[in-house]
Amino acid sequence: MARESKIDESLVRHVAHLSRLALTDDEITRMTGELSAIVGYIDQLGELDTADVPPTAHALPVHNVFREDEVTPSFDSDTALSNAPQREGTFFRVPKILDTGDGA
Amino acid sequence: MGHKASDIEARLIVGFETHVQLATNTKLFCGCAVAFGETPNSRMCPVCLGLPGALPVMNRRAFDFAVLTGLALGCKISVHTKWDRKSYYYPDLPKNYQISQYDLPLAHDGAFEIPSEGGSKRVGIIRAHLEEDAGKNLHDQGDYSLVDLNRAGTPLLEIVTRPEINSPDEAYVYCTELQRLVTYLGVSHGVMQKGQMRFEPNINVEITAGGQTFRTPISEVKNLNSFRSVRGAVEFEFRRQVQDWLADHDYQFKKRPNENRGWDDERGVTVFQREKEAAHDYRYFPDPDLVPVEVDTAWLNGVRESLPELPLARRMRFELQYGVTADDAATLVADRETADCFESAAERAGAPQTTAKQFLNVWSRFANDRGVSVGRLAVSAERMGELAAMVDQRVVSATAANQIAERMMSSSDEPRQLAESMGLVTVADEGQLDSWVAGVFAGNEKAVKDAIANPKKTQAAVGFLRGQVMKASGGKADPRLAGDKIEARLAAMRAG
Repeated sequence: MARESKIDESLVRHVAHLSRLALTDDEITRMTGELSAIVGYIDQLGELDTADVPPTAHALPVHNVFREDEVTPSFDSDTALSNAPQREGTFFRVPKILDTGDGA
Repeated sequence: MGHKASDIEARLIVGFETHVQLATNTKLFCGCAVAFGETPNSRMCPVCLGLPGALPVMNRRAFDFAVLTGLALGCKISVHTKWDRKSYYYPDLPKNYQISQYDLPLAHDGAFEIPSEGGSKRVGIIRAHLEEDAGKNLHDQGDYSLVDLNRAGTPLLEIVTRPEINSPDEAYVYCTELQRLVTYLGVSHGVMQKGQMRFEPNINVEITAGGQTFRTPISEVKNLNSFRSVRGAVEFEFRRQVQDWLADHDYQFKKRPNENRGWDDERGVTVFQREKEAAHDYRYFPDPDLVPVEVDTAWLNGVRESLPELPLARRMRFELQYGVTADDAATLVADRETADCFESAAERAGAPQTTAKQFLNVWSRFANDRGVSVGRLAVSAERMGELAAMVDQRVVSATAANQIAERMMSSSDEPRQLAESMGLVTVADEGQLDSWVAGVFAGNEKAVKDAIANPKKTQAAVGFLRGQVMKASGGKADPRLAGDKIEARLAAMRAG
């Protein structure tokens, strides 16, 4: 039972917004084509008959992997901040956060 | 249309989402220590920084704590649960997603019993699930923000109730009882000042007017971290929503958007934050980095066995077993250490009533002065019990016991030794008692005369004489024997 996944420009714009990516119109057009091809490729899985296959959230037949509640060493803050484009003291410094109201 | 305040009936409807920080040593998916007030960004590793290639591994204790809490809330525990990614972009979330549980929470469909007028009330629990906390943003920096990720990855249990709370007081009680429960279970330290419990009430009002029923839009008040603010926010929203509906009868669920609001503690009002028009687009999907959890019967039974008697049940048992009032039982079961301490002391004393009195009047005062619970005082339950037994056996008077208790706070001597060294052991010696009574009679002729001949004043006069004898003895006279002596002497004088 193949379910068609339709990728159009408005969906690409929406996902780009949720991902905080500023795409040009040209990029939107290109992404729409590329994403449609990728999703179309994945959609081939829909041709398989999975009526007798139980749903799974995971590819491996593994469950209950735990660790004990024991402290292991953390980075010192200089190491933790070493990839940060900007820092202030031992804080990450980032552009002001604006709540756009869409929860994204 | 055009209903007035006097024409309507308004019923408050509240449900809670609560985040409880679990009392683990380490974060949910890595071994970084859970920290508060440490140097910013000093409790980070590749996992909680969200570095490429790092793999999260579930903290077993966090899962056990969550299951234990689920059981205590009467929930069904899911045999199969998994972890989902909740995607959103915010700088305090280094991976750009939060690991949470979406459609298969580990606990669901329970009920939490809270004390209510004349008994108890059950508040339905929809679900409880584990998720990781985000870091902290500091916004007051002008045109940029600062981020501390120490908190990122801290284990949280989110508990969601049904909308079954119907007054600000009930909201308050729900929150305080939940705190009592999680600290009682030992699954959270429940320290509000450290943000270890964060309450989000969803509030609306059902209004009946002119035979019709209306419901106001739901407002969610975000991140309340004190019980007082919970009650304040719920009270305020109740009033505001009724007023808004009276001003505009279209102020209704689905006709107007639901809202997020914040609580302004100084002004005592909730403040509009934003409309919740669009459903959040979190694009949940199963986290491929984490494997599912299967809880089998043996595991569940093991956790179930560690479930203690719950606070409300214990309070009700205390009322019956020890004959204390509901309020006193609540004080004795304020926390688990205190309740345990009381029960060992009462057992040792063989005198639960006296033990209860001393806990409520003496030990709790010392505990309050020191800002700790009675169970944490540096006096063992055995010694507390011994002191209660001494009062019951009339070795010391109740007043003397208070003095001894005070000394016990700084001395490791046995209460009996203290009673002796402080000269507080009750005197039951006949000759000594006779001499105190005789002295008091000689010095208080008017009271003696009233006690014998003035029926209106007899009772007061006898009480006065008893007091004087206790005073003359320095509190050491056996009060009952002294009373008997006084009565005997008065009877002889009346006859005489």
